[in-house]
Amino acid sequence: MSGTERPERPETAEPRVLGVPEMGLVVLVGVSGSGKSTFAARHFAPTQVISSDHCRGVVSDDENDQSASADAFSLLHTVVDIRLRRGLLAVVDATNVQARARQELVRIAKANDVLSTAIVLDVPEALARERNRDRPDRDFGDHVIRRQRRDLKQSVRRLRREGFRKVHVLRGPEEIDAATIDLERAWPDRTELTGPFDIVGDVHGCRAELEELLGELGYEFSRDDQGRPVGARHPEGRTAVFVGDLVDRGPDSPGVLRLVMGMVADGDALCVPGNHENKLIRVLRGATARLTHGLAETMEQLAGESEEFRRRVLDFCDGLVSHLVLDGGRLVVAHAGLKEEYHGRASGRVRSFALYGETTGETDEYGLPVRLPWAREYRGGAAVVHGHTPMVKAEWFNNTLCLDTGCVFGGRLTALRYPERELVDVAAHRTWYEPARPLGGDSGKVTDTRPDTTVDITDVGVGDFQPGVAVDTAHGRVKASGDHTLAALEVMSRFSVDPRWLLYLPPTMAPAPTSTEPGLLEHPNEAFASFRGSGIGEVVCEEKHMGSRAVAVLCRDAAAAERRFVPGELGTVHTRTGRPFFNDPVLQAEVVDRLRDAVTEAGLWDRLGTDWVALDGEMLPWSAKARSLIREQYASVGAAARAALPAAGAALAAAAGRGVPVDDLVDGVARRTEQMEEFSRVYRRYSWDTDGVAGLRYAPFMVLASEGREYGDADHLWHMAVAERLAEVSGLVRSTRYRVVDTTDPDACASAADWWADMVATGGEGMVVKPVLGARARGRKGLAQPGLKVRGPEYLRIIYGPDYTDPERLAVLRERNLGRKSGLAMREHKLGLEALARHARSEPLWRVHEAVFAVLALESEPVDPRL
Amino acid sequence: MLLTITTTATPATDLGFLLHKHPDRAQSFEQSFGTAHVFYPEATDERCTAALLLDVDAQALLRTRTSVSTPDFALAQYVNDRPYATSSLFTVALGRVLRSALRGDCKQRPELARTPLPLELRMPAVPCRGGADRVRSLFEPLGWTVEAEPVPLDPGLPGWGDSHYLSLTLTGTLRLSEALSHLYVLLPAMDGNKHYWVDRSEVDKLLRAGGLAVEAGEETPGSPASGEATGDGGETSADTGWLAGHPERAWIARRYLNRRDGYVRTALARLAEADDTAEEEGDDPGNEEAATEPSHEERGPSLAEQRAGAVMAVLRAENATSVIDLGCGSGQLLERLVDDHSLERITGVDVSVVNLERAHRRVCGGCGDGRKRHRPLFGDGAGGARARQEARTRRPELFVGSVVYRDGRFGGHDAAVLMEVVEHLDPSRLPAMEESVFGSARPRVVVVTTPNAEYNTHYEGLEDGSFRHSDHRFEWTRAEFTLWADRVAGEHGYRVRYLPVGPEHPATGAPTQMGVFTR
Repeated sequence: MSGTERPERPETAEPRVLGVPEMGLVVLVGVSGSGKSTFAARHFAPTQVISSDHCRGVVSDDENDQSASADAFSLLHTVVDIRLRRGLLAVVDATNVQARARQELVRIAKANDVLSTAIVLDVPEALARERNRDRPDRDFGDHVIRRQRRDLKQSVRRLRREGFRKVHVLRGPEEIDAATIDLERAWPDRTELTGPFDIVGDVHGCRAELEELLGELGYEFSRDDQGRPVGARHPEGRTAVFVGDLVDRGPDSPGVLRLVMGMVADGDALCVPGNHENKLIRVLRGATARLTHGLAETMEQLAGESEEFRRRVLDFCDGLVSHLVLDGGRLVVAHAGLKEEYHGRASGRVRSFALYGETTGETDEYGLPVRLPWAREYRGGAAVVHGHTPMVKAEWFNNTLCLDTGCVFGGRLTALRYPERELVDVAAHRTWYEPARPLGGDSGKVTDTRPDTTVDITDVGVGDFQPGVAVDTAHGRVKASGDHTLAALEVMSRFSVDPRWLLYLPPTMAPAPTSTEPGLLEHPNEAFASFRGSGIGEVVCEEKHMGSRAVAVLCRDAAAAERRFVPGELGTVHTRTGRPFFNDPVLQAEVVDRLRDAVTEAGLWDRLGTDWVALDGEMLPWSAKARSLIREQYASVGAAARAALPAAGAALAAAAGRGVPVDDLVDGVARRTEQMEEFSRVYRRYSWDTDGVAGLRYAPFMVLASEGREYGDADHLWHMAVAERLAEVSGLVRSTRYRVVDTTDPDACASAADWWADMVATGGEGMVVKPVLGARARGRKGLAQPGLKVRGPEYLRIIYGPDYTDPERLAVLRERNLGRKSGLAMREHKLGLEALARHARSEPLWRVHEAVFAVLALESEPVDPRL
Repeated sequence: MLLTITTTATPATDLGFLLHKHPDRAQSFEQSFGTAHVFYPEATDERCTAALLLDVDAQALLRTRTSVSTPDFALAQYVNDRPYATSSLFTVALGRVLRSALRGDCKQRPELARTPLPLELRMPAVPCRGGADRVRSLFEPLGWTVEAEPVPLDPGLPGWGDSHYLSLTLTGTLRLSEALSHLYVLLPAMDGNKHYWVDRSEVDKLLRAGGLAVEAGEETPGSPASGEATGDGGETSADTGWLAGHPERAWIARRYLNRRDGYVRTALARLAEADDTAEEEGDDPGNEEAATEPSHEERGPSLAEQRAGAVMAVLRAENATSVIDLGCGSGQLLERLVDDHSLERITGVDVSVVNLERAHRRVCGGCGDGRKRHRPLFGDGAGGARARQEARTRRPELFVGSVVYRDGRFGGHDAAVLMEVVEHLDPSRLPAMEESVFGSARPRVVVVTTPNAEYNTHYEGLEDGSFRHSDHRFEWTRAEFTLWADRVAGEHGYRVRYLPVGPEHPATGAPTQMGVFTR
């Protein structure tokens, strides 16, 4: 029993300092009038204290209404439960003198995997009586206090057994008044350590390989007089972190321990225990255990060491904390991994999980326990780095990484450099121990080695009764409503390509503010003015191709596709809602191949240092994808008009011939006939026949991503240069006309407007104006619109109708409201950047998919489609 | 935009009395969506032609948007054929401008109104996706001679073929009111999928014009009424029973009630549009094959019924205590499951809210209040916490889900059914489905049914290599299905056995193949 719990203390003692876990349960125990509320108010924040009197008041308007006690405690327990679940301190101010009252509180603490502390305030009966008498609302008799004191006396001895990890007993008012509280952080909480770290996988006595690996990482060794390493320090102050299982099976467990214990003692390393250390502790303490799984070798090797060394080993292993939470909570190291709700917590089951993982109790065909796939369910923000399960290769999976690459079984010893997230490994010098089952769980039973192919329905905001997806992006949270989420679920499920290919869906784009130029709805001047107003000087004007949006993801080889996307394919071209661009898989594959050739020819793989690349662009002609739409939506209108207008004209002419006054109607039909011809010219221009790849043109305007990076920070001149390079080497790729404009130079703006006018006069759709600095360009109010489109007046006929140029129609259309469209464009832009960033960081599939999916959900929002 | 009515009855100009419009004047009638003009290109005793010209004002059409029941905000609302085609919008004008003629009221010439007259009706652009055959099947049983010429799509797009418009001439000897009521009902019915009703009540009016009863507040087609006019607006003619006896009455009724599926549907339409594609067909496995299934002389239960029956038999044989129907569509199987009282728990899942609402209507006796018989159960309109609480205890439980996403709610069921579902997934998405169903949910029994491609040769009109349903991504031969199922069973620790469903042919096997996975 430690000093803090000794019941008797001399009166002259120093003021007591009571250790209390920062995250956990504190139960004040004392009779009515013992000063609990005063004590609580002095040492804890009001929000941390949950008092039974207060709860009684909340549920009955009378703090002393004993008939409300049941409800009051139900409320108290609920509040305690919630605070503990949220990782907060909960101080219970109630008499708590009966075991029954404390039992429920301890149960709640255990369920939340936090420690319980009891603070007993023991005052003489007379004092308590006197205090109660001063309080007119406490009218119960003296016998109550007597009974409470009796219960208290019986309680004190039992508190440890009831599950309180710490018990502080304060005797008498002086000791109570003098005591202070020391909030102790939970042992695993080392969030203040930010590294950089080198996290080392399961060593299992492979001392030579460990030395080699640490050498590779840049550590410099210190050695004892026999030349054995007893410490290692990184010249740049990096800290090594060992994931446990230092011992057993391998040739030199004592050597590994000597080195690691030295490093930890010198502050050069941290270490968490593995299940093998745990068993070693029991054996070193003299427990009888079967010396299996390589423990026999360790005991044999330790037998050659001194008694003192064995003692140090026992103390070292015994002192290890189940897991560590590092780097402000962004990194968690535990031997067998740890699910999110256990991070930073302390309880038997947390320790057991951290050491052994979660098991089903079943064993597989090799007699080893079947593990539950905690990593597959993992959705936490902290990276969890662990060991324990030998894998062929260390690979990130749902933001978790297993570093055990089976060195002792002849595999490799692997380390993770953090925050760089680089893997460094060395090969085993030999197979030191035959594995019980093949590495990597080839049997398929080790379910947490499955590839990251499945997304959970809850990741896309479906799965409970309140559908709706919400994504935290680098530029704030973006949400979509339930209806739109469900619409996106259907489209994504039924039509999209494999989600592993989807690292981006193109956001919608807002038009420039409405022009006041006569006869025009859109004009470049408004786009320039808009960017100028948001503080952006230089913009690029890019010709807008009238085709269908197409994102191309292209891999250099099968290995890249398998590593980053989908095995067995070499790329994809998908639409703005994630469907395969071409219904015919053969054509789809051919286009992918031609584009890959273009990337190869252009030398882009090497220039970008990548083996895959994603491009955003426009596939021409429009009719390649939209043939049925052109037929149904546009050409049909023309057909009906061409059939009906002449018939109407003839009927009117006959009536006019009879002297019936229908002149106005005759004029109207003539005007409509003319407008309809202009209308038809527009959609015909964007329709031409293609035969397989022949006739297709792809106009890329942005490099989205390549291995390890996204290009939101690259300026558009660079993007255009890449597109030009591709167009030079490939007949399939078409470049884009563009020019840079200083929005503060009126001449430049005017000349760009002329350029636009020429383009649209010769059948162009229009242009897009973008900040030259690229997708992440920032304006006066933060992230800028990535682009504004300025469409030509003739093109707009197929959007607003053949007759939209009639003055009275134009007047109405000028009132169009762009706010909603701009807002949507911005929200989708944030999601697009976020998806690319997550993919570049190699985040798990569900994290990328969440952001991509949200774009699709937003795309189904009702916005005027003509904008 | 144009209809001409010609008669050669003598004196032909009496047409003016029947139409209540003077042959020597041009008259205009303001409509909420434009102006209707009536004038006479010819008017002699031998031959008289009246023209109804509808000048649709696109802007006015937009102003009425709030009451137009179309996929809202769809681009089609702004650029469409309404100003030119003789379509549903046209019939609205017809019903208003020629109201008395439609009713058969004529004070000056009451006898004439009751007399069949030689008539010729011409419309230059009638939308009809079924083509000339469809028009004939609609008008010929009513005594018309039909002349229908397809309108070419666009001279500027050679090789694109004809449009879905017909230049239509109807000739026959009928009462004028009868002739107009035929147009009034059949023009919108021919008008393809997209209706542009000005008001929902118009639907009911149109139906009544043909003598079709409309159940108040219920959105399923009522059976054709006996011919008693039920109209409230006096819109109907005295002899409206013609629709009840029309051989195509079921088709006509269905066209009216098509595609009124609420908000999520319109959201889907927007997504389709964003993608430069036309709106998708609903994906309900229930109605597949109906068109192509070989007809048998003595018709037994349909293949769909046999399939659901076979699934039920397997579930009973496996003593399943709880069943989840993944991809339940509009609830064909659920309907049978709820009748099996030995099942403790039944769950229906579909990725389509539209399907799920239909399934709900099929298995729920009524849960709404007032005029609405059913409450919205999914999406944002799904009501408060109590409604959600109820949904959990409902039998069957229904929720929106997708087999290509892992879903904890799939768990806790003894058996899962994937009836005609896998062939609706792209092959590249099958692994995700396998992982979600066989790897994650892992029910004791999984029943999978899918078409047997070999059997397709027995379907008349099904071209070689084409599928039974436009949404099928593949159809497997028996060998292909076995290959897939054996692998999936092996990887996930199941045994699988195979059963034929439907009439077995010695060479090609049965139309549907079934795999029963157990573990």
